[in-house]
Amino acid sequence: MSAIIDVRHVNKAFGGLKVINDCSLQVERGSITGLIGPNGAGKSTLFNIIAGALPLDSGQVLLDGEDITNHPADELFHKGLLRTFQIAHEFSNMTALENLMMVPPRQAGENLFATWFKPGLVGREEAEVRRRALEVIDFVGLHHVRNELAGNLSGGQKKLLELGRTMMTDARVVLLDEIAAGVNRTLLGDLVSNIERLNREMGYTFLVIEHDMDMIARLCDPVIVLAQGSVMVEGTIEEIQNNPEVIEAYFGSTTA
Amino acid sequence: MNELVFFINNVVIAGSVTGSIYAIGAVGVTLIFSIMRFAHFAHGDMMTFGAFMVLLLTTLFPQAGAAIGVPTPLIMLPLAMVLTAALAVGIDRAFYKPLRAHGVKPIVLVIGSLGVTLMLQGLIRLFAGTGGESLYVDDRKEIFRLALPIEGVRVPVVITEPQLYLFVLTLVAVVGLHFFLSRSRLGKAMRAMSDNPDLAQASGINTNTIVAVTWVIAGGLAAIAGTLLSLDVTFKPDLSFFLLLPIFAAAIVGGVGHPYGAIAGGFVVGFAETLAVFNWSVLLRPFRDSLPEWLSLPGNLAFVGTEYKIVVPFFILVVILVWRPTGIFKGKVI
Repeated sequence: MSAIIDVRHVNKAFGGLKVINDCSLQVERGSITGLIGPNGAGKSTLFNIIAGALPLDSGQVLLDGEDITNHPADELFHKGLLRTFQIAHEFSNMTALENLMMVPPRQAGENLFATWFKPGLVGREEAEVRRRALEVIDFVGLHHVRNELAGNLSGGQKKLLELGRTMMTDARVVLLDEIAAGVNRTLLGDLVSNIERLNREMGYTFLVIEHDMDMIARLCDPVIVLAQGSVMVEGTIEEIQNNPEVIEAYFGSTTA
Repeated sequence: MNELVFFINNVVIAGSVTGSIYAIGAVGVTLIFSIMRFAHFAHGDMMTFGAFMVLLLTTLFPQAGAAIGVPTPLIMLPLAMVLTAALAVGIDRAFYKPLRAHGVKPIVLVIGSLGVTLMLQGLIRLFAGTGGESLYVDDRKEIFRLALPIEGVRVPVVITEPQLYLFVLTLVAVVGLHFFLSRSRLGKAMRAMSDNPDLAQASGINTNTIVAVTWVIAGGLAAIAGTLLSLDVTFKPDLSFFLLLPIFAAAIVGGVGHPYGAIAGGFVVGFAETLAVFNWSVLLRPFRDSLPEWLSLPGNLAFVGTEYKIVVPFFILVVILVWRPTGIFKGKVI
């Protein structure tokens, strides 16, 4: 296995606050890697840097050996690096289905010429995209709200829609930012099995930020612990849970 | 009946003319706002620039239209639209994009656009002079007088050629824009970006492209509005600058960021203006004999004098915002 995401000595400060501190980590191809750490450890910042939403101060980010440092998010999308947002983002004035239909790139309808002069091609392609979107919306269990405006969905449903978004295109790496937060327990089981299925059947690599330790335990191997802006330890969930350093970082000093 | 024709000429036609121009202008302003979140003050001068390009091209090739049988300015309009769109994209690249890259507050962009306004006006004055010029260089402005086949009606309905073109082009622009925004993926991408720029980018939408497309559309529409206005009256360097405030009023009345709202707002403001300055005494004249003796009909009975016309859009603005704070249509996104 080789690293599909390679973060090398990345630094990022907001004003005087150094959030990412010489952080280096690798995400193996085909893995579901967990990224955990106490609040303020820099998980989301690191995510935003990898996803091209934040410029970094120094260091390098590689996607499959290709330098993607400071590349804009839309370019990374076309390279197959997708992300979800911690606070679910949706196009509030489009229906859930339309939200998914937005995703596939290079549709013929993107071309103004084709829009006006090749309506047949555009129509056929749109029917195909719609079929796929309907499949995905069944997959994430949102079939009953497919024609609701996405802005009216519940927080948990928006999260599922976010996951659905990543399934509308052939992604290589998906960054999931607290996908389980706000999703109820029964849906959570589906979510986990969906992520596993995508990983197994479609070969998606996942990098997952999560606070829900049960979910991390079920889903992720390996797990990377981030603290104070750099990697503290990396290993299987058992190794992490029994690591005294991690316990201290999470719960403070427990041993007297 | 003559009075009714007078009403049609001075309110229905005049209101539609003003309304159309406000509507096309307001659509541009509202699109720019919904994508870039700032009020573009230089929009009026982009309109003037479009008209100036038409004037320039028509002066260079005055005979071009005669070959096809349409007035030359109309032939030159598509070319002027392209040039204005290029200017709009160029202005964005040169002035607004660096500001956005620095992550400035919207107010800085607004002030920046005010600077662009002064610059554009200066440039146009430098080349076109400060006086008025007719866009009909080599053609004749046709005026249609439609006599109504009703007995006793002596006054004809008067409509000029540019007014007809204005109505047709407004209709085409509105329908075209509707299909663009609702059907084409680029239009959907614009709606997406106005809704949630971060997600749009994470969905692979190149925000720079969308910004450029927005300027192209806004520039093209500005050229249409400016040219048709100049055809209807005459070209002046500060012509559209004075339309800026009513156009903003129209965009806000309709609901900022809502193109259909902008169109509705344009016509609301346009008709309100013409109704307010209309001499209502004309309509009352037939009933002069049945009025009581102590009530004599004044010669001029308008809500406001023509010189106070500019007050009307703001009156409408306040009334509509009190009644519906987000505009006629719910504003903010496309």
